[in-house]
Amino acid sequence: MAAPATALKVEQVAVRFGGLVALSDMNFTVGEGEIVSLIGPNGAGKTTAFNVVTGFLDPTHGAVSFRGTPLNGLKPHQIADLGLIRTFQRTSVFPNDTVYDNFLVGLHRQGRVSLLEAILGLPRARSSQRRLRERARELVEWVGLERRAHDLAGSLSYGEQRLVGVALALAAEPSMLLLDEPVSGMNASETHTFVELIRSIRDRGVTILLVEHDMPMVMSVSDRIVVLNYGRIIAEGSPDVIRNDPAVIEAYLGQGAKRA
Amino acid sequence: MRAGIAILTVVAFASVPLWLRDPYLMNALITTGIFIIGAMSLNLLLGFTGQLSLGHIAFFGIGAYVSALTSLGFDAGFPFGLRIVHEPWPPIVGFVLAIIIAGFCGYLVGLLSFRVRGAYFVIVTISFAEVVRLVALNWVELTQGPLALTNIPSITIGLPGLGDLTLRTKLQNYYLVLAVAVIAYLLISRLVHSHFGRAMRGLMENETLAVSVGIDVTKTLTLAAVISAGIAGAAGSLYAHYIRIIDPEVFAFINTVTMVIMVITGGKGSLAGPVVGGMIFGLLPVFLRPIMAPEAQWIAYGGVLIVILFALPRGIVPSLAQRFAKRRSRPETVAPVAFSKCDAKEHA
Repeated sequence: MAAPATALKVEQVAVRFGGLVALSDMNFTVGEGEIVSLIGPNGAGKTTAFNVVTGFLDPTHGAVSFRGTPLNGLKPHQIADLGLIRTFQRTSVFPNDTVYDNFLVGLHRQGRVSLLEAILGLPRARSSQRRLRERARELVEWVGLERRAHDLAGSLSYGEQRLVGVALALAAEPSMLLLDEPVSGMNASETHTFVELIRSIRDRGVTILLVEHDMPMVMSVSDRIVVLNYGRIIAEGSPDVIRNDPAVIEAYLGQGAKRA
Repeated sequence: MRAGIAILTVVAFASVPLWLRDPYLMNALITTGIFIIGAMSLNLLLGFTGQLSLGHIAFFGIGAYVSALTSLGFDAGFPFGLRIVHEPWPPIVGFVLAIIIAGFCGYLVGLLSFRVRGAYFVIVTISFAEVVRLVALNWVELTQGPLALTNIPSITIGLPGLGDLTLRTKLQNYYLVLAVAVIAYLLISRLVHSHFGRAMRGLMENETLAVSVGIDVTKTLTLAAVISAGIAGAAGSLYAHYIRIIDPEVFAFINTVTMVIMVITGGKGSLAGPVVGGMIFGLLPVFLRPIMAPEAQWIAYGGVLIVILFALPRGIVPSLAQRFAKRRSRPETVAPVAFSKCDAKEHA
């Protein structure tokens, strides 16, 4: 595999909450157009790593850069502005807005007009509104929820909400997408659909970093896998390498296990 | 249809002076209108960003004092040995300055308190209103303190071809308040339907998610605070030039509470809510006055408030709108929803 240009670079990142070490000396990179998964047992520091990359948490030590831009000290919305967009494990939608309105909010980055233009309803503001509505309708179609476009997002089923959450992130037109346990709570066929979805997103040129528990899913979709345990990276490599790595097997199943 | 209702409402309000000759009722309508503008500005914060400004009357009062002082002139000492002698300017300039300075105060309060929101914002705004009241009470040289600013001139507007028109009568002031209310309504409506408004709603519902799609919290909330405070300042200016006397009592907490009640009963987060709630609670004293002592009126006030919130907990306008929408779309909701992937999950 030819080494692609680096999209995301995480260098010597450490996070401590008081005495608790959540992450220590984490180093990894994600290349442009890659699908990389971050895995590890519960409490290994995956979500902490996510929060550091997206600016929701400041690292105690170390640096993160995206396409050469250092992210240290940037607020989450500024990082989002660089095209680095994340999804969330639980709170993935705006529950009291309709599905359609959810996407309109998600399209925030595309809809910027000046305050005066918006209030006076100048042509540029109106054409921008029209474009956004068009785009929101496309997203509704894309997630296949045309019939429920005007229902509150909070009334959707769990799986549908996850889907809306991902579409919301896509609405922000990411160049890199970070998915936090996107398939947790989904059944096998839903997961399969979702894997197809992730691949199609990548084919649009979006780099993907994934945190996930579902091993078969991770193995099938990832180009590379980074394994965390107790805040440290214990292994890194292609799915085949990880599958047979003794340290990984031990972390997940304890000593003496034969199968991962 | 919504635009139709709005236009009908404006026409109805505009026709009121044609058949209503009672000066007492006209007066009640004008002050109610001014408070409705204040309530609309409060609703922009409370209903669309979820932030409760319990000192909202401060912006209203600042607008009133700025406008009054601009048009009356003053000679007062300021900190650092500064002494400013201000000659009277036309009231219309005071109106504009009221909006700008109240808006600037909104900016300061927003900047200070939106780093920590919710209860902190409530406390900061209450304190701010109290500080401003104390300043108005004690800076006698500028504000006359409890002696009040009196003889505030009425607003004069220059009409093309007609020369200057000074709005002295109730009829003229009624139309002035109506015009400002319509402009404020349109402004808020445009704002909340723009991407600024969606950013506000997004923040109110799910802040982390909103931030993650690129919405700037501080900027969005501060903007809402500035516009809200500016509109409240405009209402205060109208109040000063209509009543023509203001004292520090304008900053009383009860005035903020009145606006909050107007917003909550009418329906926060609904554009028409403050208008409906404002008409009810603004005009209630008019109807209660002949039949009740003032003390009993407060009890009746409380009673009406409880009944409305008990029957229509989300406020009058949203509750009725929902009922109306339900009746119209009932056949659709009964239609079976396509068997979704997620129903399958529940059986898995």
